[in-house]
Amino acid sequence: MRPAWSVILFTTLAGAGQGLVVTMALAAFTGALPAGPLRGAAHGVALVLLMAGLVASTFHLGRPARGWRAAAMWRTSWLSREVIVLPAFVAVVAAGWLWPSPALALLALALALVLWWCTAMIYACLRFIQEWAHGLTIANFIALGLASGALLAAVLAFLSGEARFARTLAPWALMLVVAAWALKSATFARNASLRPKSTLASATGIRSSRVAQISMGFTGGSFNTREFFHGATQSVLVHLRWVVHGVAFAGPAALLIAVAQGGPLGWLPLAFAIQYAGLLAERWLFFAQARHPQNLYYQVVS
Amino acid sequence: MADPTLAKQLALVIDLNVCVGCHACVTSCKEWNTAGAAGPMTDQQPYGPSPSGTFFNRVQTYEAGHFPDTETIHFPKSCLHCEDPPCVPVCPTGASYKRKEDGIVLVDYDKCIGCKYCAWACPYGARELDEQRQVMTKCTLCVDRIYSTTLPQADRQPACVKACPTGARLFGDVHDPESEVSRAIAERGGYALMPEWQTGPANQYLPRRRTEAAGE
Repeated sequence: MRPAWSVILFTTLAGAGQGLVVTMALAAFTGALPAGPLRGAAHGVALVLLMAGLVASTFHLGRPARGWRAAAMWRTSWLSREVIVLPAFVAVVAAGWLWPSPALALLALALALVLWWCTAMIYACLRFIQEWAHGLTIANFIALGLASGALLAAVLAFLSGEARFARTLAPWALMLVVAAWALKSATFARNASLRPKSTLASATGIRSSRVAQISMGFTGGSFNTREFFHGATQSVLVHLRWVVHGVAFAGPAALLIAVAQGGPLGWLPLAFAIQYAGLLAERWLFFAQARHPQNLYYQVVS
Repeated sequence: MADPTLAKQLALVIDLNVCVGCHACVTSCKEWNTAGAAGPMTDQQPYGPSPSGTFFNRVQTYEAGHFPDTETIHFPKSCLHCEDPPCVPVCPTGASYKRKEDGIVLVDYDKCIGCKYCAWACPYGARELDEQRQVMTKCTLCVDRIYSTTLPQADRQPACVKACPTGARLFGDVHDPESEVSRAIAERGGYALMPEWQTGPANQYLPRRRTEAAGE
């Protein structure tokens, strides 16, 4: 698939926002959340991230002005469900900002999980995109969102002068980064071992020891050749996988270990910046690695 | 799941044994539909070095076998009007739908937001986003021809079927066992594309036949 930057930005920004809300809710429940401006600041940042993600997602639409119609088919469409849950989540986070209460925090936590579920199911429900059609897709969206949100919470704690709370959060963020790393590694391994169920033989039904495409029927490209091909070489994909390992996981993990061992808290913002760049690469790869069966019909330009 | 209650399922049956790859169905489809209810089907740089545009029907070419026993197979490709279309339930607005009365899968262009999710959800790549209109488009089985009350009776069939010079395209109700299409599927071993995904394509293809030399 061709990675869409609108969706890459939406899923990474909103994912970090959701993770931030979940972290703040859990910190409030456990009594670890310090009194002071941090709570308000975190809610504000979460809302900015969610709204930025929402704006980015509208760039994916050919007809954004009709976007409101997307709430209609919630009975069957995970995209429709996401379109309903996202504003509901934003509203609950905003309400929790203005009127702090355990009930609203719990509701926000639940909606964050539901929103991850909807976003991931948009991809996981497409049974013939084998790279996506698996529970790991859901686990990855949740784990990556939690890891970036927890790290962002530690950054905000540091920036609001809550050094002790930042140090409390750092090991948790580290654990989430490592867990997300393990899940992503499992996904990479699964993708590498997948055998496509569709073949040129099943796509055309031509029974022969050899079937080769001579012409795809046109020369100048079409929606089919643009939307479903990422255009990068195999070597770019292989290298990008190592970029994800290093930038999304190993780098932030190393800095978090250093902070957990008493290193300067100033490394937290750096860790988050590196992690977010890595998550952009991870999400790009998520799309590029998905091999759509329709590509079988577009192997020869002529 | 496939809806077995549909009394009628209109579809095309493509005879790969006689398709000569002339692309008359491609141009005739475009000509009718760009001017009809499903149009316009816009083009980008139609006279430039790399022309591109919206089409509901394409003809591809494949080669099978090993030299000298090779054969060239021309392969028309359009929406298969699946009995259980995966593109329909994913549509967030309800713009994509399957008609109860005849099984045709259509897009309501006034409701489409151009999110492209239905195209992702179609394993066959049968849908094309119109770059100028920014809505999803696809084969309509010429719904504005086949139910026309003004066209002569003989013209009330899809434009591609009318245009085919070799009769490689049959049109009819695949739920009626006595129809021409159902008989052709039964007698000629008609098959569906990518059966592994259980989409139940209504359109089917008739395989190549070995032609014996005259007199044998």
